[in-house]
Formats: sequence, structure tokens, C-alpha cells
Amino acid sequence: MSAKVAFTIDGKTVQGEQGQTILQAAALASIYIPHLCAMKGLSPWGSCRVCTVLVNGRPQAACTTPVAEGAVVENDTAELKDLRSSLVEMLFVEGNHYCMFCEKSGNCELQAMAYRLGILAMRHPYMFPVRTLDASHPDVMVELNRCILCARCIRASQELDGKHVFDFVGRGSHRHIGVNAATGAGGTNLKVTDKAAEACPVGSIVKKRVGFAVPIGQRLYDSKPIGSAIESGRAAKG
Amino acid sequence: MSVAKRIVIEPVTRVEGHGKVVILLDENKKVISARLHIVEFRGFERFIQGRPFWEVPVLVQRLCGICPVSHHLAAAKAMDRIVGGENLTPTAEKIRRLMHYGQMYQSHALHFFHLASPDLLFGFDADVAIRNVIGVAGKYPALAVQAVLMRKYGQEIIKATAGKKIHGTGAIPGGVNKNLSIAERDVFLRDADQQMTWAQSAVKIAKDYTVANLAKLAPFGSFDSNHLSLVRADGAMDLYHGNLRAIDAEGKVIFDQVDYQSYVDFIAEEVRDWSYMKFPFIRSIGPEKGWYRVGPLARLNTAKFIDTPLAEAARKEFIAVTSGKPNNLTMAYHWARMIELVHAMEKIHALLNDKDLQGTDLVVKGERREVGIGLLEAPRGTLFHHYKVDKNDQVVSANLIVSTTNNNEPMNRAVAKVAQDHLQGVEITEGLLNHVEVAIRAYDPCLSCATHALGQMPMELTLVDYQGQILDRKSRG
Ligand code: SF4
Ligand code: FES
Repeated sequence: MSAKVAFTIDGKTVQGEQGQTILQAAALASIYIPHLCAMKGLSPWGSCRVCTVLVNGRPQAACTTPVAEGAVVENDTAELKDLRSSLVEMLFVEGNHYCMFCEKSGNCELQAMAYRLGILAMRHPYMFPVRTLDASHPDVMVELNRCILCARCIRASQELDGKHVFDFVGRGSHRHIGVNAATGAGGTNLKVTDKAAEACPVGSIVKKRVGFAVPIGQRLYDSKPIGSAIESGRAAKG
Repeated sequence: MSVAKRIVIEPVTRVEGHGKVVILLDENKKVISARLHIVEFRGFERFIQGRPFWEVPVLVQRLCGICPVSHHLAAAKAMDRIVGGENLTPTAEKIRRLMHYGQMYQSHALHFFHLASPDLLFGFDADVAIRNVIGVAGKYPALAVQAVLMRKYGQEIIKATAGKKIHGTGAIPGGVNKNLSIAERDVFLRDADQQMTWAQSAVKIAKDYTVANLAKLAPFGSFDSNHLSLVRADGAMDLYHGNLRAIDAEGKVIFDQVDYQSYVDFIAEEVRDWSYMKFPFIRSIGPEKGWYRVGPLARLNTAKFIDTPLAEAARKEFIAVTSGKPNNLTMAYHWARMIELVHAMEKIHALLNDKDLQGTDLVVKGERREVGIGLLEAPRGTLFHHYKVDKNDQVVSANLIVSTTNNNEPMNRAVAKVAQDHLQGVEITEGLLNHVEVAIRAYDPCLSCATHALGQMPMELTLVDYQGQILDRKSRG
């Protein structure tokens, strides 16, 4: 068993274990640190920065920073909330997120994050990028208008499915998700039962013909905000 | 027809939310025709291309905003065909019907009390300062409260079946995503009798008013026309589903029991260069005479009977006025609308007592198709949704004929008639503006200007002579 590591989050003492990230240790202690690209079962990634906390006064990504004895972590502060909101707003304006007719509404981590953070309007201008929808796969739709480049699909395909269906292509603002076939997702060995088909936090990779099968009121975040499972200790710890 | 000079209203001159009406005069300063310029979002067909078909019932309600539930259901009916699920389970069909009748109820209540009743209770010529919903609330407070509660009842039904009061998700290809719980049902059952009483008092107001003022109302914006709607296989009124039936102004059948999957063989759309909105007509008659009316008046005319007793009794009184012939009076729309209000409430009440609403068999699927056509009778009239979907599940093309488009020519005729009867000289008077407004409003068009809840309809009226010269222009709102 790994060595115990004690540190504090917002003044509360947390017992972690060596080798854990701050995000993992916090979750086991029922403390929610907002996060999007991190996902239980996948290797840490650290791209969205929504999990930013102050570690001994310095901003760090909680999902990639290991726990350290005696560290003083700040999580639930007005300043960090504002920073996280700004990051989430950037994700909104960089894509084409039409929650009103998106089938992921109510089950979407990005939307739920915006609600949890209390985002009402975007401080950045919308960019209305031109993105593609790939419906070539018989059972899975890849709708990149909604992609937030979290790489969960890439990691799930490689680490959990043992495949290489998704990867990043392009650079800078042109960076986007590509699939491992010139003919689109339909040309890859992706299966609807793959973990990669379920890893997307938004409506970018969805199972076809499911659509709005879950009624409003019974969706994941209809009655409880994102993070409440962790806070109530029921969580799949991540 | 000796058409006078055409004038083009450039899009840039369009005023958001305003009704723009142009009245054309001939050499002798007599009214030739009227043109109601309707700003319609025609980008829809393009926007929807490439979208997955299961998204469409939710998406379309966003693009045509005034009766979202009707678009939601018409699109769902079309997508039922795509998934081969048009033979819905009893629970799915009844939940959808409940949603639809709830929508009909709240829309008709809103139209009658908020938009039409000021004209009817105070008279068309009354000062606009009192001829509005606030005026009605001041003079008839009980009626105003009823109106609010009736609307709310319909909206709550929509919420219980679609998930939200506006822009819900309840209808999905091949069925619905929820049933109605006993607890939800009981809330509606508790108020059903009260609502029924109010609906009946509403039809009485409309009837008494129409009968008492028949001499004045009969010529008002009226003209002979064909009438079209869906009817049930036995000829009964059916607002959710049926086959197409069209009759002429005398009641002669033009076609009957036409499966709407083949509507394109019977209905065509004419494009006119001055309007963004198309002009549908019955193919066998042609564009000149083949246009028709839809909506409450048309439905009262096409239906052989109504299958609920109170509405059927009201229908008998309605047809007695025209001795059983079709009613061609523009102002009879209001009365017809209130008969449908009663019918919708009777249907709601019957459905609430039906155990199928608590069923759990919600979705069916069958043989996949590439074309899906869904029609229903929306509050304002027959609504057509027509989609092509490719093998990848993406929409290739879409065509919509909305109720207001079906009533395009009739509304122009109604305005022309009013102008012929009320234009004096070449000056637009306040009275003429009022009368044009009342005529347009009878059709309950889905224009933001027409559904302006407070006070008068924002409108611009222009008189143009045979050489295209503007003789007068007045606007307000
Ligand atoms: S498709 Fe989904 S899972 Fe993949 S990078 Fe985009 S948002 Fe993340
Ligand atoms: S969750 Fe840590 S950077 Fe995305």
C-alpha cells in the first residue's frame, strides 16, 4: 500500500496516497474539483485547465499534479471560479454549441459545468467555426461542432479499447479530431460498444438514433448539478 | 386580370415584427388586390440539411417559433415514417394527442381572449387605447382571469407530455419518451370540469357575438373559397391525424380521403416574385382558382361531424347559420375556433380517463424509409412537413408548408375585400387600418406582428396606384 500523504484543500485536511493526483484524492474525500478532460479510468491529460487550483499559491492543474505532503490547496474560491468560468466560456465560443436542440442537453458535462459555475453570458465573442459532422458510421455520429478537444475519445480508444480510432490533426486553432480512415468514422474499426463511443463529455460523439429518448426531468443533470455525486460520496472517484 | 404596376419592397425596408400591407389600385382608383408581405424564415430548409433525423422534431420548433408543439409533432410524424414506426403504440399516440390538444387549447384560448376579444367586445372601431387585452381585463376581469387559467392549463399539459412548456422533447421518431403518471394526470382531472365550463362559455360568447352581428360581419373581409383539412376515415374532425379532404365554396368535394403521403400529387406551390412566402393551390384546379383556406373555419366546413358531443352540438348551431353549406365568412373563424376549443377540452378530458396514458410501451420501429411526410392540423391550419433522409441518417432535403402559408392567398383576399369596402378616396384612415387588422387577425397568422399581445398590431399600410406611385402610407405600432 502506498504511503499516506496529508495535505489541505480549502483548510480541510485530506489524506491522500502517494501517486494520486490532487483531483483523485479530493474526489475520495468527497470534494469536487471541477474538471472536464479528466475522466476516471483514463490517464491524466491536463488540457482543459478547468481543474485549476492554487497549490501553495501557484495555479496548477489538479488532474495532473500529484499530492504532496503538507501542500495547501485552494479550490472553492471566487477567483478560481471566475477563472474556470472564463475557460468554460472559451470552450463555448470556440465551438458551435446549440444546447437548445442538442440531444446531449441535460447529460452534457460542458452544459452542466456552465450551470454549476453560474455562467449566464459569454465574455468572449462567438467564433462560429466551420466544423464537420461525420455520419458515415452506421451506429455512431461524430459531430465536431460540439467538440471541446478534451481527448477523452482518443485516450479511451487507445487505453481501453486497444484501438486507435481517434487522434488530433491540425495545429493551433485548426486542431481538431480526426478518425483513422479517409472515408470517415464508418471506415474505422470503431464499434458502438467501444468505450470511445461513450467517453465524450459533450454531444460530439453520440450513439445514433438514441436522440431524445430520455425525457426532460430524468436526465443526468436535471435535478442535481454536476459534481454532486462526488460531493455526496457516491461517486465513481476520479 | 389587368394587373397594375408591381412594386417591390426591398428586404432592407422590412420592419421587424411589422405587418406590411400594400393595396393596389387601378386607373379608376378601385382596389385591385392586396399584398400582405410576410417575413418568413426561409433559411430553414438549408439549415436542416445534414442534421440527423432524430434531432429534427426538437430542432424545427426553434426555427418556426409561434406554435412549437405543432412543428414538434408534425416533424415527429414525418420521422415515424423514416423509422417505419407510424403505427404508434396506443400509449404513444394518446400521449401525443394529449400534447396536441393541450397546444390547441392554449393557442385558441390565447388567440380568442388576448387578440380577438378586444375587437369583438369593444367593436372594430373602438379606440385602440381600450381595444386591447388590458381593456378587456379592466371591463371583464373574470374573463381575463379565465383566459390566463385556460392558457396555463394547456401549457401544463404540454409540459407534462413534452417535458417543457415550450420546446420540449416528448415526441421522438416512432413514439414518445414518457407516459403520464397517475399523479400528473390527477392534477389535470381535478380542474377538467372547470375548464370545460369556461370553454363552453367562450363558445357562447363567440356564437352570441357572431349571430347578433351577422349582418355586419357577413360581408366583412369575406369571399368564397375552397377549404382543406385532414379528416378521419369516417369524415369526423381529427386534429392530429387523418386523410386530406378538400371541398369548394358550395361544399362540393374536390378530393377526399387522400393519403397525405401523396400530397404532392394534389397540392402544388406557386412562387410569386413579390413574396417570400409561397402560394399553395390544388393542382386539379390550378393556381388561379385552386387556392384554399385552412384552419378552424375550413375544418368546420370539411368535417362531416365532430366526435365529441358538446362540440358537435356547437357545430350544428354553426352550420345552421349557413343552412348546412360551407361557411365562407372570414369573421366566422372566431366562432369556429371556439368550437374547436371545446372539442380539444372534451378530448383532453376523455384522454385523461384513459388507462393507456400510463402504458409503458412507448416506441415502435419498422422498415426504414428514405422519405417521411408528416401532416397535422395545427391551431392555424394544416401543417405539412416533408423530409428526405439518406442512408447515413442525415436530412437531405426538407419542405414545409406552414398553416399561414396555406392561408396566404385567403389573407390577401380578406384584406383586399376590406379595402374595397372601406377605402374612401385615396387616403388611409384610422378606420381602414383597424379593419385591415381585424381581417388579418381572424386568420390568426403566425406572424409576430399579428400575435402582438398588447394593443394594436404594428402595421404599415401603403396605397399604390396602377403606375406604381405611392398614394399614401401610414404605419403604427
Ligand atoms: S469528440 Fe468528444 S471526447 Fe473527443 S475530443 Fe471532442 S469533446 Fe473530447
Ligand atoms: S480536467 Fe484537468 S486540465 Fe482538464
